[in-house]
Amino acid sequence: MQTEEQVLTDKITASCQTEDEYELVYHKPATLVDVSMHYCPGCAHSLVHKLIMEAVEEMGIQERTIGVAPVGCSVFAYDYMDIDMQEAAHGRACAVATGIKRLMPDKYVFTYQGDGDLAAIGIAETLHAINRGENILIVFMNNAVYGMTSGQMAPTTLPGMHTTTSPDGRDVSFYGAPIKVSELMANLPGAFYVTRQAVNSANAVRRTKKALLNAFKYQQLHKGTCLVEIIGNCPSNWKMTPVEASKFIDEEMIKTFPLGDIKVPAAGDIKTLQSNTHEQS
Amino acid sequence: MTAFKLMKGNEAMAEAAILAGCDAYFGYPITPQSEVLEYLAREMPKHNRIVMQAESEVASINMVYGAAGAGFRAMTSSSSPGISLMQEGISYIAGAELPCLLVNVNRAGPGLGTIQPGQGDYFQSTKGGGHGDYRMIVLAPASVQEMADFVFLGFDLADKYRNPVLILSDGAIGQMMEKVQFKPYTRPVIDKSWATTGKPGTRNRNYITSLFIQPEKMEEHNLKLEAKFRAIRENEVRFEEINTSDADYLFVAYGLSARICQKAMDIARHKGIKIGLLRPVTLYPYPYHRLEELASQVKLILSVELNSGQMVEDVRLAVNGKVPVEFYGRMGGMMPTPEEIVHHAETLIQYHHAN
Repeated sequence: MQTEEQVLTDKITASCQTEDEYELVYHKPATLVDVSMHYCPGCAHSLVHKLIMEAVEEMGIQERTIGVAPVGCSVFAYDYMDIDMQEAAHGRACAVATGIKRLMPDKYVFTYQGDGDLAAIGIAETLHAINRGENILIVFMNNAVYGMTSGQMAPTTLPGMHTTTSPDGRDVSFYGAPIKVSELMANLPGAFYVTRQAVNSANAVRRTKKALLNAFKYQQLHKGTCLVEIIGNCPSNWKMTPVEASKFIDEEMIKTFPLGDIKVPAAGDIKTLQSNTHEQS
Repeated sequence: MTAFKLMKGNEAMAEAAILAGCDAYFGYPITPQSEVLEYLAREMPKHNRIVMQAESEVASINMVYGAAGAGFRAMTSSSSPGISLMQEGISYIAGAELPCLLVNVNRAGPGLGTIQPGQGDYFQSTKGGGHGDYRMIVLAPASVQEMADFVFLGFDLADKYRNPVLILSDGAIGQMMEKVQFKPYTRPVIDKSWATTGKPGTRNRNYITSLFIQPEKMEEHNLKLEAKFRAIRENEVRFEEINTSDADYLFVAYGLSARICQKAMDIARHKGIKIGLLRPVTLYPYPYHRLEELASQVKLILSVELNSGQMVEDVRLAVNGKVPVEFYGRMGGMMPTPEEIVHHAETLIQYHHAN
């Protein structure tokens, strides 16, 4: 029995006899540092890092983008993203981003935060930044678990989900229900664009990329905060294979965290953006 | 020369921040320093500077982190409980080597304490406060004039060493009105090519961090910081001496206590007791060396503080048992009168002569 992968490899080698005959169909963005990442196999962080850096490259804004890294698995984001970055204390990314953006309103500023960072210890900073309509992009990686500290319960842990600190499953009568950050924040007038996406299939990845691109572009309007929540995964702490983890997202995670746009800009704002882009080009 | 003005300490400090080219101020209201935020909320926009009332002291110190990391002159101020909340951020700022100016208009504690002046934050200010091995440069103003002057000095020292500088004032110096003169100031040219302003193709990316996960790298960073703190200890000790040349006894006091001790010294000298005053202006670095020298001249040293005896530990370290070191203080926002201090000094002098 040959695996699917072996069949594919054989096909490719059969059709291309020398290296010159390979057709380059994809390469990593130049804005991503060419090193191997420390993430576990199958982890969504590396993919989302790449999507953000693709957006930065495609928009040609590397010189004008400043990122804020959180505390958590993605604490080393600045080792991989070839842009200027600041490492924030746990939960404080939105306050740090506020300090950067208020002083440099014409730069593109984004935070990259996990569910523990954003929804537990940093929810005050996040909520107030969005309420002020800070003109930043918040990339919110929600995998329902504390990854770096090895699998404790997060504010977004699903009801009944087993973690090292909820060994019998999350008891909502004791810990409350998972916080739906995007729905909560979309209620604030300062929120300009709020969407929840995933990266567990090719289509989902494409939609996430589009959401990130839009969110970066909306910063040009100076109209408020963009929050892109991405349902991530954590094969290591969910104790699943990456394939099982992808299935778990479709079957369980999206029941609590349904995908799609939660708040979208008004048609007039999109029009302004399009005419601005048109003028520039 | 510019004219003298009559101003509150907190307002003089706020005006100095504008004149020193402070680009951004982030703060949160707390008595007895809310005038700083109020003054700057009114005045900063006129100069196209950023001023913002944050949702907490935790947020304001992290906004300072972001702005300082982007290469701007950033500042916050608060009073004791608020400064406690900032300790996490201050530790990160020190670890990431970000220059910024912090002000603590000290009130009496612990806990919510009282809004009255105190000096109970000496340990927190000079020995760390937050986690890890770091120091701030700590300046202790004793007048409204110094509230203003130390803003310029503080920003310059912060830039020079890429380190947070703390002005440790108190509720009395912050609230009282005195004459103040704003001297002409030229901002030194400082290289901030490390700042996160956006990465052009001509340089590598800049990142601001205090994370060094490998122990070898962490120790290397610690040693680099320690070398900086050593340079600060060698070059930045500041103090004022009054009547020390013929002194048999010595008051050591900073800030408001030093003001009270000046009067106490006059009363004592009128009575024929030759007492002098050493006023540390920098609490970190501390004038250990000068105190050690004076210890071989005087017979008794009295540390006067508005706390239960904190700086006296540094005085004892400096004096190293050469002469008796005593402490006198009031707490909870209570002030000793100059007469009380003199009475206490006389009692101690008699006691040590008899023994």
